[in-house]
Amino acid sequence: MSDYLVQFNNISKFFGKVIALKDVTMRLKKGEIMCLLGDNGAGKSTLIKTLAGVHKPDEGEIIFEDNKIVFDSPKDALDIGIGTVYQDLALVPLMSVTRNFFMGREPQKGIPFLKTFDVDKANKIAADRMGQIGIDVRDPSQAVGTMSGGERQCLAISRAIYFGAKVLVLDEPTSALGVHQASMVLKYIVKAASEGLAVILITHNVHHAYPVGNSFTVLNRGKSMGTFQKKDISREKLLSMMAGGEELDKLEVELQEMDRIHNKN
Amino acid sequence: MSLKSKSISSKSSLNEDERLKKISPLRVLLNRPELGALGGSILVFIFFGIVAGDTGMFSAYGMLNFLDVSANLGIIAIAAAMLMIGGEFDLSIGSMIGFAGICIAIPAIYWGWPLWMSIVFAFAMAVLVGYFNGIMVVKTGLPSFIVTLAMLFILRGLTLAITRLITGRTQVPGLRVLIEDDPLAWLFATDTFKWFFTWLGSLKLIELRTDGTPLATGIPPSVIWFIALTLFATWILMKTRYGNWIFASGGDKVGATNVGVPVGRVKISLFIGTAVASTIFACIQVLDAGSADTMRGTLKELEAIAAAVVGGCLLTGGYGSAIGAAFGAIIFGTVSMGIFYTDVDTDWFKVFLGAMMLIAVVFNNYIRKKVTESK
Repeated sequence: MSDYLVQFNNISKFFGKVIALKDVTMRLKKGEIMCLLGDNGAGKSTLIKTLAGVHKPDEGEIIFEDNKIVFDSPKDALDIGIGTVYQDLALVPLMSVTRNFFMGREPQKGIPFLKTFDVDKANKIAADRMGQIGIDVRDPSQAVGTMSGGERQCLAISRAIYFGAKVLVLDEPTSALGVHQASMVLKYIVKAASEGLAVILITHNVHHAYPVGNSFTVLNRGKSMGTFQKKDISREKLLSMMAGGEELDKLEVELQEMDRIHNKN
Repeated sequence: MSLKSKSISSKSSLNEDERLKKISPLRVLLNRPELGALGGSILVFIFFGIVAGDTGMFSAYGMLNFLDVSANLGIIAIAAAMLMIGGEFDLSIGSMIGFAGICIAIPAIYWGWPLWMSIVFAFAMAVLVGYFNGIMVVKTGLPSFIVTLAMLFILRGLTLAITRLITGRTQVPGLRVLIEDDPLAWLFATDTFKWFFTWLGSLKLIELRTDGTPLATGIPPSVIWFIALTLFATWILMKTRYGNWIFASGGDKVGATNVGVPVGRVKISLFIGTAVASTIFACIQVLDAGSADTMRGTLKELEAIAAAVVGGCLLTGGYGSAIGAAFGAIIFGTVSMGIFYTDVDTDWFKVFLGAMMLIAVVFNNYIRKKVTESK
């Protein structure tokens, strides 16, 4: 029995001639937050979709609780407990908090063929769950459209956890949020991890990732540049790795050279 | 200590109750989609109560008359509203009415089928048409506006062509004699609560014919169907899992799919719903008139959509109510009959219909902004 809750070993994904991912390895323990960092086009979305069961990896294996797993559909991933919260959140603004929370998985009561949606129970659970994260839902029948971006993100995460996610895959949860809202979401992510979930946090914002992450995997042009524990790497180093460090270093040298010439004249 | 625990308990109750109170009952009401149509209905009643109060419009007979008109429209408006909430349109409702009419009349008159069998046949055809509409929209991803517009022409054309081919005419009369003793037709052709009207008549509370029977003989079947369908649709939308799926499918197709809502199946079933509602409409009208007319139901799809929109349905889907659509139908029914009772030229009805719809859309748009407004 290994320590890891979930392992993605040497995952590769090709689209025709394009190598979208090559030999990406990520291993997570319970309660760990791994931040997956990468610039645009680094292959983050492909990796998420592979984790969520949308794409099948062309090479490599997924091991969940020591069992090798093959996902045929996103539902398989959901069923074993990999909950993915996409950037669009899958929330309907015009529908109430409760109706969104239970969308597709409504609790029912009553006799067969005349089963009704147990609205009272659903309201109670939704308000309860939101209360636990410190979001005061005044009225669970209020439309999600009236909530702030951070609250919506938390609602989507809370929903994934309620429906049995053991591994949370979060796609850019803070990208569209202000500082205050982002910190609310990050706080919730830390709380979820402290309760035993493994979290994969996908972001391009090192400033959001560094304070909450336990380990960092940097993705560049479809390849993993390695996984680093927090103690082994600084925020600045991560930042430069992500931006394709060498290129920026080169740029800096060139700029200094230009400056020097300029000053000489 | 006691102070501290008090502050804690009051905080938790704050979450539950106190902040709820801040939203006035008026705001809660304003957030309901059917508010506009309810208010509109009341206004229309007050208006005609004043201008047509002494014309017989509000006698038992007059009221049953405009309720009958409203109810017929309401039957299709409710199905159209549910489909709109699910994010799609059905423009083939009117043509389906004509098509269902001849599906009842031709087998019954020309092929000698028992009436009940041709009614069952008409409903089976409706399910097929609805399924076809649905599967076309879901599988091709084309806008339902286009797919059902095509169906509007196809069905109307088929209705005309088949009828003329078989009967040589465009009308099929002679159904009335078949209604009696039919095990199914009474569902669409029986006035109910006759005893009540007879009793009212015996007390001289309602107008009588010269032979002593009341002028208003009973509640027409359309009204019963209308009320039953309104309740049924509201129950589905508000109280069942399937209802939640309808809102989700119309609100955000991709999101709903991602969390496991079978969006395609929901939409197909709603298309079947509009076709079946058109067939109920056709049964009632054909059995009432005793004949099927190939042009029956022309433009009804637009009236149904108008009633749904006045009832608070958003054209973009995901929002609306069956009760709202029911009130929308009542507004149109009342005004179309009310204009008849007043001296105003009935040509003005269409002007009213258009203006009403325009006002409703502006109002709905405003409500949607309010609902989705971020803090």
